[in-house]
Amino acid sequence: MDSTPRHGPPRFSATFDPHSIAEIQRAASTGIYAIRGGGTKRRLPHFDDLLFLGASISRYPLEGYREKCGTDVVIGARHASKPIHLKIPITIAGMSFGALSGNAKEALARGAAAAGTSTTTGDGGMAPEERDYSSQLVYQILPSRYGMNPEDLRKADAIEVVVGQGAKPGGGGMLLGQKISARVARMRTLPEGIDQRSACRHPDWTGPDDLAIKIEELREITDWEKPIYVKVGASRPYYDIALAVKSGADAVVLDGMQGGTAATQDVFIEHVGIPILAAIRPAVQALQDLGMHRRVQLIVSGGIRNGADVAKALALGADAVSIGTAALVAIGDNDPQWEAQYQALGSTAGAYDAWHEGRDPAGITTQDDQLSARLDPIKAGRLLANYLSVLTLETQTIARACGKSHVHNLEPEDLVALTVEAAAMAQVPLAGTSWIPGSRSE
Amino acid sequence: MTSFDLARRSVRELNAALHGRAGDQGGTWQIRNPAGKHSIAVGLDAPLNLSIEGHVGYYCAGMNMRAEITVHGNAGVGVAENMMSGSVRVTGNASQSAGATGHGGLLVIEGDAAGRCGISMKGIDIVVKGSIGPMSAFMGQAGNLVVLRDAGENLGDSLYEARLFVRGPVRSLGTDCVPKPLGATELQILDSLLRSAALRDAASPEEFKLYGSARSLYHFHVDHAGAY
Repeated sequence: MDSTPRHGPPRFSATFDPHSIAEIQRAASTGIYAIRGGGTKRRLPHFDDLLFLGASISRYPLEGYREKCGTDVVIGARHASKPIHLKIPITIAGMSFGALSGNAKEALARGAAAAGTSTTTGDGGMAPEERDYSSQLVYQILPSRYGMNPEDLRKADAIEVVVGQGAKPGGGGMLLGQKISARVARMRTLPEGIDQRSACRHPDWTGPDDLAIKIEELREITDWEKPIYVKVGASRPYYDIALAVKSGADAVVLDGMQGGTAATQDVFIEHVGIPILAAIRPAVQALQDLGMHRRVQLIVSGGIRNGADVAKALALGADAVSIGTAALVAIGDNDPQWEAQYQALGSTAGAYDAWHEGRDPAGITTQDDQLSARLDPIKAGRLLANYLSVLTLETQTIARACGKSHVHNLEPEDLVALTVEAAAMAQVPLAGTSWIPGSRSE
Repeated sequence: MTSFDLARRSVRELNAALHGRAGDQGGTWQIRNPAGKHSIAVGLDAPLNLSIEGHVGYYCAGMNMRAEITVHGNAGVGVAENMMSGSVRVTGNASQSAGATGHGGLLVIEGDAAGRCGISMKGIDIVVKGSIGPMSAFMGQAGNLVVLRDAGENLGDSLYEARLFVRGPVRSLGTDCVPKPLGATELQILDSLLRSAALRDAASPEEFKLYGSARSLYHFHVDHAGAY
């Protein structure tokens, strides 16, 4: 009998891969799109595709631990009489009370304050514990205006007009009923337990001319004291940043598609917007063309994990970075100690993204009192402060190696790219060559 | 009475004065020559009585708390946006987004209001003697919108718990906005609002129809996908 197999081993399609097939089956079974938290999970050109050159004979390095390498940043001195002074160029991104538990917001506030940086409210108003423990708090104004009130506006240290976010440029917020607790509902003036869907456009302005008037109103209400940021999701960064500056922003926040969300359609997260690596240089170019680079601060976010990412973002021209997902991980999100419970929810530590369901074993993305109580805000705040310290030390390590006495002195000339794509997006040479794909001199 | 001339001094000077010690003392202010300027009398938080003698631009009386403000003229976009308390009266017409996202207080417009009147309202009461434009009370969460004449297209689209009282024809209702019975409680609310707006003589509560949320969009459901 011929023992030659009639078929080879099972072969999976690259197009209809197991994930795609499972998603088709899930869609057919439920009739509704998938919703989840977090940012894009696909592989993208990212900061990992860049390397620093480091000093050698042609450049002098600085001594680690002996020669000073500054990390401070001032945000909002363009118009505000009380600009923000941060000790480190790493801020905590906007995340709402509602999406996060009160203990999580308090932990972020404590950690940021200990590190000398700012934290940010979200789509749901200012929680008292967040204000109490934040030394510098940025108050977001979103299309929904949930919990928006002038008293909190005056309590804030800066104001951020949110036009969009990287996970969903062009989309509004979403908070499903499991997380609309009595307190969240009261803060947002919504019925308890409903599926909240926020507007994607602001209710009282449309376009950059109106935005300029809106920003002026916010300045008038707060007597021109507070810096006003404008946040956009990365999609057309050159034009969006230029229009934000034209509208009078003191600072612009640019969020790449790796930036997280509390709850959004998976198709939106994975297919709308561009990676932060591709967005920074056009944004910086817009600022430079307007003579506003370093006068209007650029804060970038989306996929910042370590000091190398921070250093690379700064070298490409950002003034600061913002972290969301990484901050949640630092305070305990996806901690392996909850593995059995992640598995019970059909996930595993490191992949848990059902932030919208409100059953987070770590007590972070939930409004369940018992789950929230698992997060000790003092201990978690310490974890965040530690993490921010490491990010800062790593950034300084790289800056000193490149001979910089301040992290803002890092520059594109310090970088090379490992891939043609990254070289084109970051507009730095492919390593070992002088080739910058797409450059005018090419 | 304090008189302030915007032909001679800036909006910044006006708002600084109203936010400062002079404003804290309350009293009556007359604002002359507003000339359509933006952000007049925004962010007030004092028992002031303001009379603005002319047309105003965007966001007049924005985020008002406690002050009572009358605009003797027309108002631009977003008059009394995000008002918390107090009252604002416009003797002429109002542009788009009048009373947008307001949490409290009373906004009275003696003329017409353009589109998106009461958009995302969160507890404010708005009374319009004339008609309102399209997409009014979009995503209205709480509060009352009273219209003595007509309403434009898509009234109350994606409405939450705001009540919409309209006396005249409604060109069309938005998604999830439906007629509701006008019961004794609603008639009492309406009567009170008309009296507060000094328009009780202009209309009787029984002449209105009430519109509210069908609440069918409160939870995502595949059967409602066509409505989103």
